Amino acid sequence: MLQSLFDGILVGSILSLGAIGLTLVMHILRFANFSHAELISMGAYFTLTLDSVFNALSNSLSSKLPMLSVSVSLIIAMLCALLITGVIAAIIDRLVFKRLREQAGPLTMVFASFGISLIIRNAIGLVYGLKSTHYNGDIAFAMMLSSDPLLLVKADQLFILALTLLVMVSLHLFISRTSVGFALTAISENPVLAQVNGINLAAMVRLAWMLGGALAAIAGVCYALNNQLSPVMGRDLVLSLFAAAIVGGIGSIYGAALGGLIVGLASSMALLIIPTGYKPAVPFLIILLVLYLRPNGLFGEER
Amino acid sequence: MIGIISYLAFFLTIALILAITVLGLNLQWGFTGLFNGGIVAFFGAGAYGMMLLGGPERIDGLGGFGLPYPVALSGGIALSGILAVLVGLATTRLRHDYLAIATFGVAIAMESVVRNASYLTGGATGLRGFERPFESLVDGALQYNLLFLAFVVICLIIVYVFLETLVRSPFGRLLRAVRENERAARSLGKSPPVIRLTAFVIGSMIMGLSGALYATFYAFISPQDLAPILTFQIWAMLIVGGSGNNRGALLGTLVVWGGWVGSGWLLTAVAPTHLQLYTGSIQYILIGSIIVLTLLWRPRGLLPEKLGTRHYSKPATDPVDWHSNEDSGKPHAQEAK
Repeated sequence: MLQSLFDGILVGSILSLGAIGLTLVMHILRFANFSHAELISMGAYFTLTLDSVFNALSNSLSSKLPMLSVSVSLIIAMLCALLITGVIAAIIDRLVFKRLREQAGPLTMVFASFGISLIIRNAIGLVYGLKSTHYNGDIAFAMMLSSDPLLLVKADQLFILALTLLVMVSLHLFISRTSVGFALTAISENPVLAQVNGINLAAMVRLAWMLGGALAAIAGVCYALNNQLSPVMGRDLVLSLFAAAIVGGIGSIYGAALGGLIVGLASSMALLIIPTGYKPAVPFLIILLVLYLRPNGLFGEER
Repeated sequence: MIGIISYLAFFLTIALILAITVLGLNLQWGFTGLFNGGIVAFFGAGAYGMMLLGGPERIDGLGGFGLPYPVALSGGIALSGILAVLVGLATTRLRHDYLAIATFGVAIAMESVVRNASYLTGGATGLRGFERPFESLVDGALQYNLLFLAFVVICLIIVYVFLETLVRSPFGRLLRAVRENERAARSLGKSPPVIRLTAFVIGSMIMGLSGALYATFYAFISPQDLAPILTFQIWAMLIVGGSGNNRGALLGTLVVWGGWVGSGWLLTAVAPTHLQLYTGSIQYILIGSIIVLTLLWRPRGLLPEKLGTRHYSKPATDPVDWHSNEDSGKPHAQEAK
């Protein structure tokens, strides 16, 4: 029970990071972007490559942080990867989605996002192999903080929690304290009104993609630290991300953060009553439940 | 020669079974603008439903009632319909994106059910072995395959004629009305959610028929047959062929399925042994690229939808028929609310 609670919060906070980007893009551009989860895999794998590059460059970079199996180079690699992933997300929008939204409807963009996710996922498989992997050999055996059989906690997992908390707080400050953050909120709440007030929609769309890509990349690294890297990690998460965004109410950034926690906790708790094999179906049930009971989610507006 | 004929019969049988699914999707997406992200779930419901009702008795689980084939087939189709009603009720009154997400979820839920509920579905090993219809009528595998091909062709023709009649009827105009301008349809006293739900359920039942035929042909169904790639292939077929046009859907099926089988064969023949593992990935990338590139460069497919007065029996002054003046390049423009 305690273990499920902890696992749920851990997975939930990772989902929150992914769902925020999804909900932003989904609300501003009004389409369900199925390829968002592939940004998570992308970020995780870019970090893998950069990590080995930095390790090769200098020995001092490969020194581990105290108690953790996370090295300095991994953190630098993650920072670079989140930039790259954000930029790639914006480039994909420029090349595909921008053209489609000018000439066709939102559902055509959903189709395209399915195609893009197929391409990204399998390209990762081609480049990195189909087997799952780890950042380094130590991660699977990270230091245990508690050996209590009721609650197994790894130091790495506390690191993930601290990191997601840090990201959330910075994001909150960015949104509530900066003018760019205000503009982004305005666009996601009412694109038409925001434009009337002189906010540049194209720039905000770009920002939403970059922010979403960067957050997804962090989520990918956290997920890989907690589990492992595999080309299908994005596909396994996509439904949970949608569930989180829908629970929170599409467009609401805080809703997505809370929705991620709820979905993570629910998925983890559900395993206490249903067999493990049915786990992939849990986010689907959450989605159906929300659509029947509260179609606009917790913080969503009528649409 | 016999080898070629038997291969051709095999290829065509599978292609035409898939074509039935593509026609079902065309009713949902092409004519009504409903996005089905879980084709494989409705396909699977038909296949498993048929096998459960028509299959031989099982010692290790429920099902295997050995019912006559037409009953089993109808049962499979009905199961797809029930599934579609359950999903549709929750989603068709909402924004279309939700339908895409929910149906995508159905496919994942369906896969975990067929993998785990082994007392019902045989789990990962699937359900196998049952006497196929007309099997006792002919000797020899080739003869049977040709006979079954004929049966599939008949099913395909029935579905095609049914859909063509449907989309040319007043109901068909209503579907396009809902797709193009929901508010206008509502102002005419029609109920878009009901119309959408109806189209969604009919389309899903056609997919169920297709799945049931697929399972009949192999006399076997397992979770492997419900891999998500099937959903992508079906879309690629419809997009390439031209959504909103049933003949386009058929053409797209043959082109994409031919390309899929051909590229698989080519990659296996050309790729070095240690890379054989990756041929699947390359094929998936091809399917993804076909979807994206077609949407970008030929969004209306090989045979685009024909919108115009000559399709309609009523004159263009019909209040619902505003398409006649609106045949711009935006067949699926949704209203952003």
